Amino acid sequence: MSHDKIVYMANQIAAFFNSQPEAQRAEGVATHINKFWEPRMRRQFFEKLEAGAAFDPLVVKAAELVNRPETA
Amino acid sequence: MTLIQEIDYGTPASKSDKTVTLTIDGRDITVPEGTSIMRAAMEAGIEVPKLCATDMVDAFGSCRLCLVEIEGRNGTPSSCTTPVADGIKVKTQTQRLKDIRKGVMELYISDHPLDCLTCAANGDCELQDMAGAVGLRDVRYGYEGGNHVKARDTSGDINAMWMPKDESNPYFTYDPSKCIVCSRCVRACEEVQGTFALTIEGRGFDSRVSPGMHEDFLSSECVSCGACVQACPTATLTEKSVIEIGQPEHSEITTCAYCGVGCSFKAEMRGEELVRMVPYKDGQANRGHSCVKGRFAWGYANHEDRILSPMIRETVSEPWREVSWDEALTFTANKFKSIQDKYGRDSVGGITSSRCTNEETFLVQKLIRAGFGNNNVDTCARVCHSPTGYGLGQTFGTSAGTQNFDSVEQTDVVMIIGANPTDAHPVFGSRLKKRLRQGAKLIVLDPRKIELVDTAHIKADYHLPLRPGTNVAVVTSLAHVIVTEKLYDEAFIRERCDWDEFEDWAEFVSEARHSPEEVEKVSGVPADLIRGAARLYAKGGNGSIYYGLGVTEHSQGSTTVIAIANLAMATGNIGREGVGVNPLRGQNNVQGSCDMGSFPHELPGYRHISDANTRSIFEDLWGVQLNPEPGLRIPNMLDAAVEGTFKGIYIQGEDILQSDPDTKHVAAGLAAMECVVVQDLFLNETANYAHVFLPGSTFLEKDGTFTNAERRINMVSRVMTPKNGYADWEVTQLLAQAMGLNWNYTHPSEIMAEIAATTPSFANVSYEFLREKGSVQWPCNDAHPNGSPIMHVDGFVRGKGKFIRTEYVATDEKTGPRFPLLLTTGRILSQYNVGAQTRRTGNTAWHPEDVLEIHPHDAENRGLKDGDWVRLASRSGETTLRAQVSERMSPGVVYTTFHHPVTQANVITTDFSDWATNCPEYKVTAVQVSPSNGPSEWQEEYEAQARQSRRIVHVEPAE
Ligand code: SF4
Ligand code: SF4
Ligand code: SF4
Ligand code: FES
Repeated sequence: MSHDKIVYMANQIAAFFNSQPEAQRAEGVATHINKFWEPRMRRQFFEKLEAGAAFDPLVVKAAELVNRPETA
Repeated sequence: MTLIQEIDYGTPASKSDKTVTLTIDGRDITVPEGTSIMRAAMEAGIEVPKLCATDMVDAFGSCRLCLVEIEGRNGTPSSCTTPVADGIKVKTQTQRLKDIRKGVMELYISDHPLDCLTCAANGDCELQDMAGAVGLRDVRYGYEGGNHVKARDTSGDINAMWMPKDESNPYFTYDPSKCIVCSRCVRACEEVQGTFALTIEGRGFDSRVSPGMHEDFLSSECVSCGACVQACPTATLTEKSVIEIGQPEHSEITTCAYCGVGCSFKAEMRGEELVRMVPYKDGQANRGHSCVKGRFAWGYANHEDRILSPMIRETVSEPWREVSWDEALTFTANKFKSIQDKYGRDSVGGITSSRCTNEETFLVQKLIRAGFGNNNVDTCARVCHSPTGYGLGQTFGTSAGTQNFDSVEQTDVVMIIGANPTDAHPVFGSRLKKRLRQGAKLIVLDPRKIELVDTAHIKADYHLPLRPGTNVAVVTSLAHVIVTEKLYDEAFIRERCDWDEFEDWAEFVSEARHSPEEVEKVSGVPADLIRGAARLYAKGGNGSIYYGLGVTEHSQGSTTVIAIANLAMATGNIGREGVGVNPLRGQNNVQGSCDMGSFPHELPGYRHISDANTRSIFEDLWGVQLNPEPGLRIPNMLDAAVEGTFKGIYIQGEDILQSDPDTKHVAAGLAAMECVVVQDLFLNETANYAHVFLPGSTFLEKDGTFTNAERRINMVSRVMTPKNGYADWEVTQLLAQAMGLNWNYTHPSEIMAEIAATTPSFANVSYEFLREKGSVQWPCNDAHPNGSPIMHVDGFVRGKGKFIRTEYVATDEKTGPRFPLLLTTGRILSQYNVGAQTRRTGNTAWHPEDVLEIHPHDAENRGLKDGDWVRLASRSGETTLRAQVSERMSPGVVYTTFHHPVTQANVITTDFSDWATNCPEYKVTAVQVSPSNGPSEWQEEYEAQARQSRRIVHVEPAE
């Protein structure tokens, strides 16, 4: 499959939280990623984010709340 | 060890709480109102002779053997059909009764062969027992007259009444010459199984039992559940294994290792040879019933394909080399260590099995967390019910079904979503059908017209044939109707749930875009069906929801589970008998494997790995530091493998290459690893990419526990020595020891003790407790000393029930000109999951290959006829299989199973997955179907690779 999985998965999560009440959105996305994404996925997530990949704006907003993994 | 004998009380127990006292043979007896005299007598230890009565079915009163006398009443009523009454005085043995009974028996025996010595039922025949009980000494009538016993009469002419044996069923025979026409089998098939496959053909002396319209068993409607065989008092219906081996001499209670119903069985043995599996009446999940898989399909345990010796190889292009356990384990331990040295601690992981016991699963995750030092552990529940964990966890606070199976007996309206219980959870299906025949209402949400929609004496009140992928839209629309028509249970919501969250949700679902009329456009379900179904569920009394993989295996699987939970909370259908939200779990121990900490983010008991308090419980006990970060899930492991950061995996009892979606991606992931260890019974498909094969053991060869879909912890008993030398928990322990861990379990009960000590919901569980109670439903601790049949009784586990908005987002897997049809997948009764076990039993008689079900209209458009070979192609790949033209399908939707490796239906499925859990979207793939004349290129390549990879070099044992 050609789509970028990390970007795709993050945007899928955002799609769910985008429909939730405003106040819960960014935190919802970040908590979800923190709870379920292994550090190397989060590392790739930040790399993509810095490279300006096509993330949903909610993901970009939530990124501040995502735990940065220790660099390997 | 003895043969467990269960008492047959003759008629089912009465559920009345009023009692009645009567006198039988001079003894005062108190029983519930509505009990038969026969049962009352038996409860007091007085056995009235009987033939046509047995407590699995209602009394029929045809044999006239169970007569009694009641003081002050005329005649000799049959005790099986006569209920008790206060103060009556009953006599079970008088001269008059003795004479009548002898006469009755004489007639029976005069039309029955007298070959008792060589009969398979010798020692287990009620006719024989009754002849003894009534003191029958001679039979005045011979076979000169009409009889069903002899193929030819005395003059050598053909006897038209005689019928030959029917041996068509792979597991049991029907010998009409031995039938006494008691109709127990017919009633068992109707009342217990609900299939109505048997009838009594003809009248009076001519009557005979017949499957269907004078068919043989195999070609009839019979689903081979075995209920009739169990009910039969004679050798007429007999297990072939009993005919071949003889009567068993001892038995143990154990649990079926196939599906999440978790039926209890008596494994009846002769020495270490299994003679038959008989469903156990005290089994609290199955109440004495079974399906063809647990009852009969255990022959795989002795199949010649079983691998009994460990094997290793450096590369997968080499043939396998048989080695000692020592060598295999040292080889594996060294590989894992050197991989971790080279690529880092997180470069290895493992997969626990939903087919293995709780204890075995616990050990595998312990090995990974404590031994490998990471949390890269996952289980096949990832690909089936992980959204249940997420969705019910968010809304209710715990990720398990809310009811026991008995609860179905109290339900008034059943809603089935994306599940096919009569095929996938057969014994629950039978119990459900029984309730539906008593009048409960039925709503089915499924793209297919599953059997329950229209079957013998059952018709769904509503069938909503939704387009695959639109579950969220339809369930949210049901909520729309319930909220806008004010059908919700305000008192319940105010008391049990967060009212503000409810209001927010109610506003959301009330929006016009969730109305049935709007949702009809995306789902294809007529609006009035959605309205009708919503009203029925909300206002029809006790409403229960049962759902399956048709809910979870979607990119919005978790959202649908949340939507279902919302619906139950809004209507107050939670926290008592007859209601609830019930995931129907696939494999036998998928509940248990989730409970035991098989997920990469959770320790046993669903506690997040980031929680320091929980970690410290295990750290103190295990003497290690645990990693607080979540590990990789199966699809993430495969991605990481392809990227080169994940290099070694220990897979216990799973076949991810066949069961996981997008086979090519799985194959690429496995091929990129340096050490793949497979522990299984057979060289499964995944083993084609393995470097180490550790032979596994069957459920007959180990002690342990399985936890079924109702959270019930059932015992599994070892009845034979492991053919491979070790139970699976021992193999994991040996591997742990080879890796330098100091593990010294001598019995699985010690592992359960460790589980209980570390996991609050299991705190009071022990083998002694389970032996005493038979089974228990978790949570079982000081707050719930006898376990928890129903959850959320006095409030939700999370405190207040949480309503969450559920926005429908269409899947990205879309039909188009190249792939105009939607493929959805499922399973059938006789085969199980990837079929590794069932394909190696007589069950192949019913399902020799996977077929593609297609609506007549779609078939015609493509020039396809029933039985044609077709090419099935998606964006991921293609395969070939046979078409079955079927009205069960909606136009535009096709369906297949994934039981057979040659079909590899998962070559077709994509890698789209649930947004929350990565549970793959098996249920929606855009495909095209076209005529074909042979296997696809992939099937040929795969076959060649498999053949090459399965070669074994047998070595002479070393001195
Ligand atoms: S095996 Fe089951 S389905 Fe078949 S005839 Fe007997 S009771 Fe009916
Ligand atoms: S087959 Fe067995 S159970 Fe059925 S009527 Fe004959 S004797 Fe009775
Ligand atoms: S497969 Fe399921 S329903 Fe059938 S016997 Fe086993 S546990 Fe029961
Ligand atoms: S057992 Fe009562 S009539 Fe047959």
